[in-house]
Amino acid sequence: MELADIIVKFILVVIIFAISLVVAMYSTYAERKLAAFFQDRVGPNRAGPWGILQPLADGGKMFLKEEIIPTNASGFLFIVGPSLAIMTACIGSAVIPWGQKLVIGAHVIDLQVADINVGILYIFGVVSLGVYGIMIGGWASNNKYSLLGAIRAASQNISYEISMGLSIIALLLVTGTLSLREIAEQQHGWHWNVLYQPVGFILFLICAFAETNRSPFDLPECETELVGGYHTEYSSMKLGFYLFAEYINMFISSAVMVTLYWGAYNYPFMDTVAASVGPNAAVILGVVLMFAKIFLFIFFFMWVRWTIPRFRYDQLMDLGWKTLIPLAIANIVVTGIVITLINR
Amino acid sequence: MNTFYFIAFLSVFFSILVISAKNPVHSILYLILTFFTFTIHYILLNAQFLAIVNFIVYMGAILVLFLYTLMLMNLNKDSEQPKSSLVKIAAVIGGGCFLITIIAAVKALAPSDYVVLKDTNLGLVKNLGKTLFNEYLLPFEVSSVLLLSAMVGAVLLATKDPKATA
Repeated sequence: MELADIIVKFILVVIIFAISLVVAMYSTYAERKLAAFFQDRVGPNRAGPWGILQPLADGGKMFLKEEIIPTNASGFLFIVGPSLAIMTACIGSAVIPWGQKLVIGAHVIDLQVADINVGILYIFGVVSLGVYGIMIGGWASNNKYSLLGAIRAASQNISYEISMGLSIIALLLVTGTLSLREIAEQQHGWHWNVLYQPVGFILFLICAFAETNRSPFDLPECETELVGGYHTEYSSMKLGFYLFAEYINMFISSAVMVTLYWGAYNYPFMDTVAASVGPNAAVILGVVLMFAKIFLFIFFFMWVRWTIPRFRYDQLMDLGWKTLIPLAIANIVVTGIVITLINR
Repeated sequence: MNTFYFIAFLSVFFSILVISAKNPVHSILYLILTFFTFTIHYILLNAQFLAIVNFIVYMGAILVLFLYTLMLMNLNKDSEQPKSSLVKIAAVIGGGCFLITIIAAVKALAPSDYVVLKDTNLGLVKNLGKTLFNEYLLPFEVSSVLLLSAMVGAVLLATKDPKATA
């Protein structure tokens, strides 16, 4: 790899990192504004015009708050918990293709950090690692509510990972590759995978809600039963990291859903557009549209949160094991049969 | 090669910490790190699929379950039963026998040359899948039946006996 390529990759990593953080920051603002809208309130409107500086004010507050580590907590792991949560949230974006290749002079810039040929499985690995942040933090707090929250998070995560994996298998039957770049390329124009895998997409969406611990599956931090759940004992920026990790996870899982099912950076008539305004402009339009789709999904996450009440824990497990897994298996069987019939 | 020695050192180091840690939860956390070093070994061998599956299945699922059970049991020094000296003696003898077996096995092992793979891309998903489903189809399917029976057995153990509850 040439030095220029390494520098370009480095810049790309920094940009993606910055974008994830900014999106996560403004998701907190959007969440509060949307909640206000759904509940017929005004929402945050004091810091800057329309309260637009609110996330900065919140961040500043988080940094300046008193750092409290409970006496009986195991000190090192208490800090490892939120660090792991934010780290696993940030590394997921490495394999997502954000756009087609830009061509500037003789340079080809790949708008994807790493095109590894097991891209989907990498995302899965990161997702399955994400639960450790919550578990370690919840256990290290030495508080029964935190521990209950951590245990809930672990069992919920594992249960929904199974149906998530099964829904992906049906998608893999259609695409025949594990690389996210190739999956994105196959959906050129309007051949979006959601048209071929509607059931798989809905299963994946439900599992994404459970994996990111978003309402209606936010049982690990259910405040009516568990005070604050796994982050009961946390204060200051360590709490901030947990909350922030949730928003980054939401962003990344939206990006994954867009890449896998909603055509990534592809849009109808993209060849016509590319022919009329030039290839690079079309690529940038694709990136913009990809982000528009991602923001629609983030809006959907929030919409659901402020509309649907929380599940009971046994209902959550029933849904995961007795509804989603059989549905996902049926989806695989039907997809397999249809593909065999078509290819014959 | 240096990377390999460094990672191998880390594997051994973390596995020693697994058995020497006083707190069972810390033990599991070291075990997670050990498995992570295994994942790096697989990547060094260019076995991407094995690496990522080791990562997902062992680190992401099995060890989460281990941690989960340990947290539920809430083991600590106060609740630990003092072990009788008979158990301690038996453990020492058992461990000693195991050590002798391992040393004998290692000594009997003829030092082999490096195995050079004909196809270094064997570990990639496509090649691995083709090999599994062409050359090793029967063992592959048989092991899947084994897993299925284990799953059915686990469900059977977990369900309540209707006669016992009635």
